[in-house]
Amino acid sequence: MATQTIAGKEVDLNEDGYLTDHTQWNEAIAKELAKEEGIELTDEHMKVLNYLREKYAEGESLSIRKVGKSGIVDIKGLYKLFPGGPLKISSRLAGIPKPQSCV
Amino acid sequence: MAKEEKRKLDKVLIICSKGNLEDVYAALVMANGAVMEGIEAKLFFTFFGLDALISKRQNKLKTATVGNPAMRMPGGAPFPTLLGALPGVEAGVSSMMKKQMEELDVPPVDEFLDMITAGGGEVFACQMAFDMFKLKREDLSEHVKDVITVGQLYEMVDTDNTQIVFT
Repeated sequence: MATQTIAGKEVDLNEDGYLTDHTQWNEAIAKELAKEEGIELTDEHMKVLNYLREKYAEGESLSIRKVGKSGIVDIKGLYKLFPGGPLKISSRLAGIPKPQSCV
Repeated sequence: MAKEEKRKLDKVLIICSKGNLEDVYAALVMANGAVMEGIEAKLFFTFFGLDALISKRQNKLKTATVGNPAMRMPGGAPFPTLLGALPGVEAGVSSMMKKQMEELDVPPVDEFLDMITAGGGEVFACQMAFDMFKLKREDLSEHVKDVITVGQLYEMVDTDNTQIVFT
């Protein structure tokens, strides 16, 4: 675990680069993390991140299928928004833990 | 000694030759997991595994209740083989398996194939088994990109770090 300053705020990241405390998150941090992934965050991305944060706060376990059925984005769209890691990268940018589900 | 650099898998070819519910799902979970990790995935179905691609059958796969020594009764007692042979038991057990998978957000086969192809995964049927079972192209679901030979399958091994998984 390491403390790092991102977008002017101190945050704790685990060895995989995920925030260990989701309350430290804000949009500016998401933008910075997205840059590391080579993603320029748009409103479409933000809708997904907010959905993930909401579901995480409700204690739901997330899967790509659930996001695909959320009405926010379909699965194809999700892959386009977060290439190479639709759930993994979006979770990281949303400041929530790495997904634990196999689907 | 020089430190070896860790390298990610860049492509995986997954071959499924069996049509049992769990064999097909193992292949689907592996393929979906690969595309979700940004690994290029090709799924190849052969012999009885082709049932996963036949529109009329893909969502009606069964798990074997006879000849499956790991099968358990609810509660954990061994599942008697003779019980498994009774009419309706295989269907009942299979629908229970599907229900439990649904609870874990594991989709039916056709939807799982939708998810894999949405992520860029590609699905193929084996030419030899296709001919052997006297299938027609219209028997196969829309997910199938092509019916190919084993030679065409090996031609897909064209990167540094491709692995073949046979289930």
